[in-house]
Amino acid sequence: MMAKLIGKRITRNEDPRLLTGQALFVDDVELPGMLHAAFLRSEYAHAILKGVDVSAALERPGVVAAFTAEDMGDDWSPGPPLVIPPPTIEDVEFYTRTQVPLVKDKVRHAGEPLAIVIAENRYIAEDALDDIVVDLEPLDVVTNIERALDPDSPLVHDDLESNLAAHLVQEKGDYAAIREGADKVIKRRIVIERGIAGAIENRGIVASWDNKQQQLTVWDTTQSPIPIRNGLASMFGLSEYQVRVIAPFVGGAFGPKIMMFYPEEVLLTWSTLKMGKPIKWIEDRRENFYATTQERGQVHNVELALTSDGRILGLRDDFLHDTGAYDPYGLTIPLNTQCHALGPYDIPNFSSDLKVVFTNKTLTTPVRGAGRPQGVYVIERMLDIAARELGIDRTEIRKRNYLPKDVFPYDNIIIDQAFESFVIDSGDYLPAMEKALKLIDYEKFTKEEQPKLREGGRRLGIGVVSFIETTGVGPYEGARVTIESSGKVNTATGVGTQGQGHFTSFAQIVAERLGVDVRDVHIVTGDTAQFHWGTGTFASRGAVVAANAVNAAALIVRGKVLKLAGDLLETPEEELELEDGVVRVVDDPTRFISLGDLAQRSNPLRGAVEPGTEPGLEATAYFGPKYGATAFGTHAMIVEVDPETMMVEIKRYIVVEDCGTVLNPLIVEGQLHGGVALGIGNSFYEKLVFDDNGQLLNASFADYLIPTAAEIPTIEIAHQVTPSPLNPLGSKGVGEAGAIPVPALFAQAVENALDVDGLEILESPLSPLRLFELFHGEEKDA
Amino acid sequence: MIKAMDITVTVNGEVFQKTIEPRLLLSDFIRHELNLSGTHVGCEHGVCGACTILFDGMPTRSCLMFAVQADGHEIRTVEDLGTMEDLHPLQEAFQETHALQCGFCTSGFLMSILPILEESTDLSEEDLKRAMEGNLCRCTGYQNIRDAVQLAAEKMSSGGES
Ligand code: FES
Ligand code: FES
Repeated sequence: MMAKLIGKRITRNEDPRLLTGQALFVDDVELPGMLHAAFLRSEYAHAILKGVDVSAALERPGVVAAFTAEDMGDDWSPGPPLVIPPPTIEDVEFYTRTQVPLVKDKVRHAGEPLAIVIAENRYIAEDALDDIVVDLEPLDVVTNIERALDPDSPLVHDDLESNLAAHLVQEKGDYAAIREGADKVIKRRIVIERGIAGAIENRGIVASWDNKQQQLTVWDTTQSPIPIRNGLASMFGLSEYQVRVIAPFVGGAFGPKIMMFYPEEVLLTWSTLKMGKPIKWIEDRRENFYATTQERGQVHNVELALTSDGRILGLRDDFLHDTGAYDPYGLTIPLNTQCHALGPYDIPNFSSDLKVVFTNKTLTTPVRGAGRPQGVYVIERMLDIAARELGIDRTEIRKRNYLPKDVFPYDNIIIDQAFESFVIDSGDYLPAMEKALKLIDYEKFTKEEQPKLREGGRRLGIGVVSFIETTGVGPYEGARVTIESSGKVNTATGVGTQGQGHFTSFAQIVAERLGVDVRDVHIVTGDTAQFHWGTGTFASRGAVVAANAVNAAALIVRGKVLKLAGDLLETPEEELELEDGVVRVVDDPTRFISLGDLAQRSNPLRGAVEPGTEPGLEATAYFGPKYGATAFGTHAMIVEVDPETMMVEIKRYIVVEDCGTVLNPLIVEGQLHGGVALGIGNSFYEKLVFDDNGQLLNASFADYLIPTAAEIPTIEIAHQVTPSPLNPLGSKGVGEAGAIPVPALFAQAVENALDVDGLEILESPLSPLRLFELFHGEEKDA
Repeated sequence: MIKAMDITVTVNGEVFQKTIEPRLLLSDFIRHELNLSGTHVGCEHGVCGACTILFDGMPTRSCLMFAVQADGHEIRTVEDLGTMEDLHPLQEAFQETHALQCGFCTSGFLMSILPILEESTDLSEEDLKRAMEGNLCRCTGYQNIRDAVQLAAEKMSSGGES
């Protein structure tokens, strides 16, 4: 029997290239005659631009060109929005203000580009930035999201009446009515601050217009090559076939590389079209802190209404979401926050008033988690407080409120990021929680170990939180599977890849369907010349949407193989099997034909092909889910806080994850490790600090702390499998899952460790300094 | 303009003579002058470790040095380890334990860990920590890298020589 490949722990096809330094990243692209770009960026966060003079820069030897917004003429226009606001909700206010290629009239955040210099090398281009004379008149700045709507706040966009970017109210049931009769209503204010995605590779672009071939090629660190191609073609009046966008190996993305169009993407393309020379721009780390999108900043005013035995009657979550200077990404993040505040719980009444505000800061777009960690933080913290105030165990209050496993699909009424009613396709929450409790030995720790340790003066705490993660949203992805005459299989997809192991997990599916070696399946990602239908890698959708398209295409090819082989071997299809790269008769393995031979026969050089048939063993297929598949799980951790230094040591970390069918546990576990590590950063180490002038005070890896190996513990993972009914593979996404519950979990565990009456953690991230302040009852500086 | 300088540097056993600007970073020299693009650049301020190479055998951040400082010295980069068909035991261990995802940080980790394993494969917890905490990885959460180093130590001590 053929070994089953789907679900196997198979090492990755892509590793040898990456391990030997032979994988192509954008900055590895070298073209003859290539020029290098650098951007002049505003040091002010808010200022009127009165003039930019690049003439001195142009005189510097080695400088080839320098452009400002004025030079772009009619080609200058604010970028199209990437995601439109939801059309299905009544009374949604949304003011679209999108980023510009180069500042023309007013700077709206520090780091916005004012001019581009193109030179023989990057060193000269950067020198020339100093030659540019800029006349900026600074304006008052708004950075604090709670002050952004004050009547006297400076306006980010002068043509708007206020800094309100969007307003929408979502309702389920009748919260106001239920609140009246509730035994208990808990009210809190929760603040969540911004961080970065922190991919180790910065962004980069190489754009090259070949005038003789009339062909534009753009290498881009994007998560979304096909929409970039289509957008650039329409922006510059080219046919889509004249534009090839390649997202080669990308050194981590985590969200911000889906954003489009970044000013640099427009500028590099515009410049190469104008100059006919290839041009490279590679972002440096400082630019990355200012010019690449960020996330998380929100302030919530929350109310949870309960019965005295801890059953949730309703949740009210009114919150502000910081979109930064522009809002090209619509409402994706705060809609995720609203959906995930409902979590795995039965919350019959919900009311959420969301206001999105403009500030003089870098724009926000999804970062691994994309609004979900904030929603999880809100509901989990409120449940912790409720449990304490009602005298119920933290884990018990969750168990009492889980949606039971027989209610799915469960319609949560409010709309989600896909603008559809937020339906949870499947779930089975209680066993995941029970498993986590068992693994971390909750009973023993809380009843025996913790009291003893406390007596000895040590501050250890435990945390347990549950969460859901909407994944794998539409619209669709596609794939083309081709058996080549060598017998090897080529599979082209439209998604880009940034380390998620698509070269292997997709290959496993194809190999299983066609009976070939996993190493003989070659996967193409991120090259629009190879496949040009699709949207991109985001919202944990690769393993769901693209994988199911790969599966569908492989199954069609399998059908073709069986038909042709059946004819040639004069055997009914049911009596054939595909294994070891051949099709053979089950009962007589000496009668077989190789896939390579079949591929050749299906594509003859002479003779007649039957009318109505297609040459080759190839198929293209698409998959579009009706709505997203919802993964879920429980995380648990034990921490120790050093009361002197307020450093937190994670003693144990447990993940119980249910992401439906697992394609490759090695890869899924890797995704979870990385997600949790980012979550730990988000919880305790990583916070972007802006001063009142909108200046980022920690724009380097020396000042903004990404966790190292010393901070990240061993993560113990257990799987549970509740397949999604929405796709044939039964898969759900897992790319963001690891990160989502960590801040809520961290807060709970640390609060439990400190064990101080009245000490509540209602903010994220924490830090040793902040814990010290909380511990000693000091007020936080404004 | 600053005068160009001649340097002679041995990289992966091959001697290169180049005329370069004194301000050229060693990382740029390796990547763009020698086209050894397996060495990556993630911060250019000496924190992430992606650009780590061996400089006279010592793990060194190539973004913090000028190429002219390498004159007369010996450099090893990731390209000097195994090939795709014949991986070095350390590279094999990385593949087997899934110690890389995007792979952008990987050559930095390999070059930081390699000399430690070449010196001794009997690693204490402390050695392991020291070998790794100077490099950032955003994808893996480090756990599988820890496992990879341990596995590589086993492979290299049982005679799977480089
Ligand atoms: S690039 Fe040299 S340490 Fe980051
Ligand atoms: S594998 Fe992506 S940064 Fe380490």
